[in-house]
Amino acid sequence: MKSKPYMNPYLAGTLLGLALLSAMFLSGRGLGASGGMKYCVVSAVGAVDREHALESAYYSKYFEEGKHPLANWLTVELAGLLIGGFISGALSGRLGLKNERPPHVSGRKRLFFAFLGGLLFVYGAQLARGCTSGAALSGMAVLSVAGFVTMAAIFGSAFLFAWFFRKLWI
Amino acid sequence: MIGPVSALFQLPGWVDLLFALFVGIAFGYALEQGGFSSSRKLAGMFYGYDTTVLKVFFTAALVALVGARLLSFFGLLDLDLVFVNEYYVNAAIAGGVIMGLGFIMGGFCPGTGVCAASIGKTDAMVYVLGGVTGAFLFAETWPWVAPLAMKNYKGPLQIHEVLGLSSGLFTLLLIVAAVAMFWLAEKAEKRFARPDIGGLNDPGMHPEDTKKV
Repeated sequence: MKSKPYMNPYLAGTLLGLALLSAMFLSGRGLGASGGMKYCVVSAVGAVDREHALESAYYSKYFEEGKHPLANWLTVELAGLLIGGFISGALSGRLGLKNERPPHVSGRKRLFFAFLGGLLFVYGAQLARGCTSGAALSGMAVLSVAGFVTMAAIFGSAFLFAWFFRKLWI
Repeated sequence: MIGPVSALFQLPGWVDLLFALFVGIAFGYALEQGGFSSSRKLAGMFYGYDTTVLKVFFTAALVALVGARLLSFFGLLDLDLVFVNEYYVNAAIAGGVIMGLGFIMGGFCPGTGVCAASIGKTDAMVYVLGGVTGAFLFAETWPWVAPLAMKNYKGPLQIHEVLGLSSGLFTLLLIVAAVAMFWLAEKAEKRFARPDIGGLNDPGMHPEDTKKV
């Protein structure tokens, strides 16, 4: 199947906005992605080393009253994100294993920076209590100062750092 | 008032999780359709050749913002029951700068990384692995990072309060600013155009590496 072109960005943005609006209307929440990752980590640590999880001030709050960190709004939403992305990719003929990068960048280099980028991004997201979805996008939609400040910090610093990493992309 | 539905009707927890699944599917579908499953398209934002990120991001924020205000105006949504992000000044700025660095290195943010992994992008799978590692490192370094994370707490502060404007007027100003940015973005895309990147005939997509499934 030949790949279909991407949707018009303003239309895709409207759809994304409606997804966020339904999260607000149905559950009184915003969207999120890094939060779901955190709950997966908390759950894994709890399974591997229960003692460490219960002793730690960070992990223990997620195990109070017999709660299970995977039965959580953000984790289920993250699973939905995987399903929705897959459905869209399947309908548009975009499924396939591929390490996407510019022709002059080696596969290993791309994967090295992908790993490091993911590590830094989610570390920063835990600190800021949300990533581009949970803090910036959802935060702006409820007019929170945290949302606008986080958005400006993410995009502003990415523009500043872009010069140093230009060889990775152009 | 009928929304937020799960709070006002005191629905059981599993119904709220069903809502989460529905919202997640719509979220992933919209991201992938917009082209957010491609790191080179996302990175284009920072070199001017592809500003899809800005267009999708601000359109989405405005649709949700205006939609929520309209629902509230017609008595359908109680905005007091919708979560407003709490503002920790230092953490928001420091965390945002670390995220910006991660963005330009990795080419994804967490949501777009998961979305791209779902259609088989291997760089995105490695990105998500890095992300999970980052969450683990944060948990393990919590005692050390906690003072920074908790500093200068301002509560769920809203921007129109700080600026002394009504929420309606601020929303209007935001719409004007967004339209101006969309106009600039369209100009930038013409000026820094890279028709070789991200299109259907993009050699950077490495068709020889692609295993169709």
